[in-house]
Amino acid sequence: MDYATIIEILDSSVRLGTPLLLACLAGLFSERAGIFDIGLEGKMLAAAMMSGAVAYVTNDAWLGLLAGIGAAMLFSLIHGLASITFRGNQLISGVALNFLASGMTVLLAQSWFQQGGATPSLRPGGRFEPITLPFAKEIGAIPGVGPVYQHLLSGHTILVYIAFLCVPATWWVLYKTRFGLRLRAVGENPAAVDVAGVSVIRLRYSAVLIAGLLTGAAGAYLSTSLASGFGREMTAGRGYIALAALIFAKWRPWYALGSTMLFGFFAALSYRYQTLDIGPLHIPNQVMEALPYILTVIILAGFVGKAIPPRAGGEPYVKER
Amino acid sequence: MERMPHWADVVLVPLLNLLIAFFLSGLVMWAIGENPFEAIRIMVTGALGSTYGWGYTLYYATNFMLTGLGFAVASHAGLFNIGGEGQATMGGLGVALMCLFIPWPNWWLAIVGASVGAALLGAAWAAIPAWLQARRGSHIVITTIMFNFIASALLNYLLVNVLRPEGSMDPSTANFPAATTLPSLHQMLGVFGIPFARHTPANVTLLLAVAACVLVWLLIWHTRLGYEIRAFGKSEPAAHYAGIRPVRITMYAMLISGALGGMMAVNSTMGESGRLIMNASEGAGFIGIAVALMGRNHPFGVFLAALLFGFLYQGGGELALWANVPRELVIVIQALVILFTGALDNVVRMPLEKLFLRRRKGRA
Amino acid sequence: MSNDTTPGRQATAAPDASDSLSADAPLAIELRGISKAFGPVQANKDISIRVRRGTIHGIIGENGAGKSTLMSILYGFYKADAGEILIGGKPTQIPDSQAAIRAGIGMVFQHFKLVQNFTVLENVILGAEDGALLRPSLAKARKELLHLAREYELNVDPDEVIENLSVGHQQRVEILKALYRQADILILDEPTGVLTPAEADHLFRILANLRREGKTIILITHKLREVMEITDTVSVMRRGEMTATVRTADTNPQALAELMVGRKVLLRVDKKPARPGRTVVEVEDLHVRDRFGVERLKGVSLQVRAGEILSIAGVAGNGQSELLEVLGGIRDATGRIVLNGRELPLVGRPADARSRREAGIAHVSEDRQHTGLIMDFAAWENIAFGYHHDPAYQRNALLMDNAAILREAQAKMERFDVRPPDAKLAAKNFSGGNQQKIVLAREIERNPDLLLVGQPTRGVDIGAIEFIHQQIVALRDAGKAILLVSVELDEIMSLSDRIAVMFDGRIMGERLPDQTDERELGLLMAGVTGKPDGEAA
Repeated sequence: MDYATIIEILDSSVRLGTPLLLACLAGLFSERAGIFDIGLEGKMLAAAMMSGAVAYVTNDAWLGLLAGIGAAMLFSLIHGLASITFRGNQLISGVALNFLASGMTVLLAQSWFQQGGATPSLRPGGRFEPITLPFAKEIGAIPGVGPVYQHLLSGHTILVYIAFLCVPATWWVLYKTRFGLRLRAVGENPAAVDVAGVSVIRLRYSAVLIAGLLTGAAGAYLSTSLASGFGREMTAGRGYIALAALIFAKWRPWYALGSTMLFGFFAALSYRYQTLDIGPLHIPNQVMEALPYILTVIILAGFVGKAIPPRAGGEPYVKER
Repeated sequence: MERMPHWADVVLVPLLNLLIAFFLSGLVMWAIGENPFEAIRIMVTGALGSTYGWGYTLYYATNFMLTGLGFAVASHAGLFNIGGEGQATMGGLGVALMCLFIPWPNWWLAIVGASVGAALLGAAWAAIPAWLQARRGSHIVITTIMFNFIASALLNYLLVNVLRPEGSMDPSTANFPAATTLPSLHQMLGVFGIPFARHTPANVTLLLAVAACVLVWLLIWHTRLGYEIRAFGKSEPAAHYAGIRPVRITMYAMLISGALGGMMAVNSTMGESGRLIMNASEGAGFIGIAVALMGRNHPFGVFLAALLFGFLYQGGGELALWANVPRELVIVIQALVILFTGALDNVVRMPLEKLFLRRRKGRA
Repeated sequence: MSNDTTPGRQATAAPDASDSLSADAPLAIELRGISKAFGPVQANKDISIRVRRGTIHGIIGENGAGKSTLMSILYGFYKADAGEILIGGKPTQIPDSQAAIRAGIGMVFQHFKLVQNFTVLENVILGAEDGALLRPSLAKARKELLHLAREYELNVDPDEVIENLSVGHQQRVEILKALYRQADILILDEPTGVLTPAEADHLFRILANLRREGKTIILITHKLREVMEITDTVSVMRRGEMTATVRTADTNPQALAELMVGRKVLLRVDKKPARPGRTVVEVEDLHVRDRFGVERLKGVSLQVRAGEILSIAGVAGNGQSELLEVLGGIRDATGRIVLNGRELPLVGRPADARSRREAGIAHVSEDRQHTGLIMDFAAWENIAFGYHHDPAYQRNALLMDNAAILREAQAKMERFDVRPPDAKLAAKNFSGGNQQKIVLAREIERNPDLLLVGQPTRGVDIGAIEFIHQQIVALRDAGKAILLVSVELDEIMSLSDRIAVMFDGRIMGERLPDQTDERELGLLMAGVTGKPDGEAA
């Protein structure tokens, strides 16, 4: 494997890791506030479809992004209603929303475009285009670090850069602001927040809506950056992998960057090598396809061990007598 | 003091939840430009209007009974097994191996063998996530979902590279020997002189599924294992205090759950297609979740809910045929049923409880 | 129900006691005709109280008498169905906690409302931040905390994480939280339940300081001693009603107890002297580490003989729970346990709770709601809990005999006077005392050689306490060994034949109840005097 190939795989890791990163940060906000969100997958899927559809119709990627975010936030609202207002089971609500997204996206896309549940291919304006950073070509000529700048750092769509900026932003919000303090508190001990006279319900809804915003961006990225158009089930389990990455990251923003990029790397490997021959061992493409899922299981089993989730996670808040 | 009468809890609340889910499904249909009432008519005639329709409805119901029971057993232990789909896929492999490589003399020995094969592989596929949850604390929801993807890739590999007959382009096994063909409902009812449509997939596995309902009922409420499973599911620390071993219960509950999910393949693979094909479970593993939630994890409830979903599935198929509504409509209905019976249960329950309380106070 | 002023009974019990006390001080709080119902349960009925500024007012009553509900109404947690709240003479609406805080009310809950992995400082500012950014709020709070520490003996390290603090210090954080929000009225709900006597003394000093500075304090408790020691006036609640308000100086514990229960009560258990027999259980050098590797038992040794009650006194969290759990088969350990002359395994499957029960150890766990009972199970299912392998409960090799369990449950519940005597009712629908009776019926009727009892009367009303104590003593008199763990010193003093005091995973010493007092036990509980057993030899 030569240097150019490594850069290429890393570049692809970033592209494939970006939706995971956005979804993982979404999960982080939600779970830090005490709301488990197995429905990241469904929200991404709904957002991917809506932004694919709107971007196609308007030929404007930004409008597509907005539509995607809107769809994901609508799903978030339902999840909030079920898990905050009506104190339902958060797992069940998430699973239900995943199915809802899986069915609705195909149903609507088919009804709107008659293309077997997909949206039509996007024309150039409907897609987010890669951004070339200044002097990419010139710096690229420098051996060693040059290609890193030209191919790895430069040449991504705006959503990739936004996703990466979301990491320090999340850290700052979580640890340096009043909102972050309250958010973390409500996921650990909602009663403490409640007796301090702060609304548990409002905090949790905000967290869930932020999760909607971020998964919306993740979904829009799938259909308007990574691919050009929506295809049925295009999230392919990314929402669940993002959750695994979140656990692996121990619910912390910077760790989330690391863990999602790791999962992005696995995905890049399985894309790059449809089959792999290691000496006499032939690894068939089905194994390579399943690789990200297998590694997810291995990482959850082997490395997490004592990840301690937010203490009030998954429990609806009921005032004690 | 009980908040409301038992009958309201087990019948009225789920029924109202279901009505809301159906109402919203109707809205969805209306939104994509279909007439909901016309759709209901097509669904009812297509699924229940003839013995042909019934043949399919009961066939699907058989699938859902088994996957629903599977989810319910794990649920009693407090485990959220979303891996029914993968377990059913592996069950299909078990059925295929049994039917292809053992020369069964007749169908009833074959169904025993195939059931064992399906149950074993289904259970094995559930065993790994169960063990990881019990021993390593891996989130069972995520691992079972991952195992669905892995099962599908594994089966794909086996069908393309190993089990596919020479010269065939189709990723499927050879046809099973004729001796393994299961009696259809048409043949069985024919013995009693009851006429039933000939070309429907409903078969003797239906009886197996009904028997499974009874056995699961006995297991959960009349055996020590069932008692321990329920206790563990309600409170892990209490179970520990009572000398119930968490790893053992997690494993047993998931093994039984996986075995039931796997046995669904006896119906679909042996009873219907007569060979193993890709995606033979057709989402039945997921529908099992809705079925169990609606049936309140009680085998009789699962039985009824499976019939309902059998109707929806067959009706949805008819709808796809006659009204250009994608089959995914069934997934939407399934999602809404899960949402309202599982997560938004309180939408109905809270006001009802208040109502009953006011009535009781008024009487007192 | 009438909402007008004082019912006749209250007037006869105390002709407005609060008026005669420090008559110059204005009223800090006045409640008029507060009523509150939860569904069919009337938690508060037409309650009126007046508390003067700069006084400490006690509210006593049994569990479920409605004390906590009343204070939750005052703190805006619940909305009263009827009645009026006056703060500083002005009618005040308190729809939520925010409004209570604005009205100058602070509350220290029985179960602290702290974020465990936050620092003291973060907990103090939570909800009272000065702006969108944390930095200035933290700096301001740090200064303020120093000031409060000097003024009221409220020293806590502002940068320490809550989970590393002792319970006493955590309570100080709660008080600091209230003072940081400029509370003039402080409500404390059962504040000493989790404290050592020394920590409780310190708390009372803090409260006295606060009173001196003109703060008004409401102390909710069920401990008569505390009421007598620190309060100026006291109100008694029973079954949702206020039965009396008196000056503390004009009353005595016996009178208050009778007002609480509504009849004469025995404050001490009536029991014959013990006649201890052979040693039933012998524990030697028991060590336990928790899952974080912290050593919770550091070499505990003790013996319990047939026909005696050995009590373990100590502040919660000093290893008593772990000791019970090891003996009950819930936790692995190293060391030696000999039961009836046979050594018991301490690790793994042979040491699980089922094996322990088969060996003759019954276990009434400290927390019936989380471990002792399955709250969603019917009473009859709970009667078999832990004993579900009993051959008497099986119909054949495969199936259980549910009818037999139901019959037995019905009989046991009758003998233990569980109310209502309906075995098909779910455990969660019984009151605390009756839930505890179900657990005791299950464990005691097994006639074990050794009974482990943790907090037998926590959250249990006085009527049931007497019954439960009698049952435990009866088992002792039947020649069984009993190991009792309780944080209630009163209970320990009156029930035990011998007392061992635990502190920090060690037994600090053993005393006989008639040769010691609460002061000496309190010092041992705080780890102050006496050498640990292990090192003494």
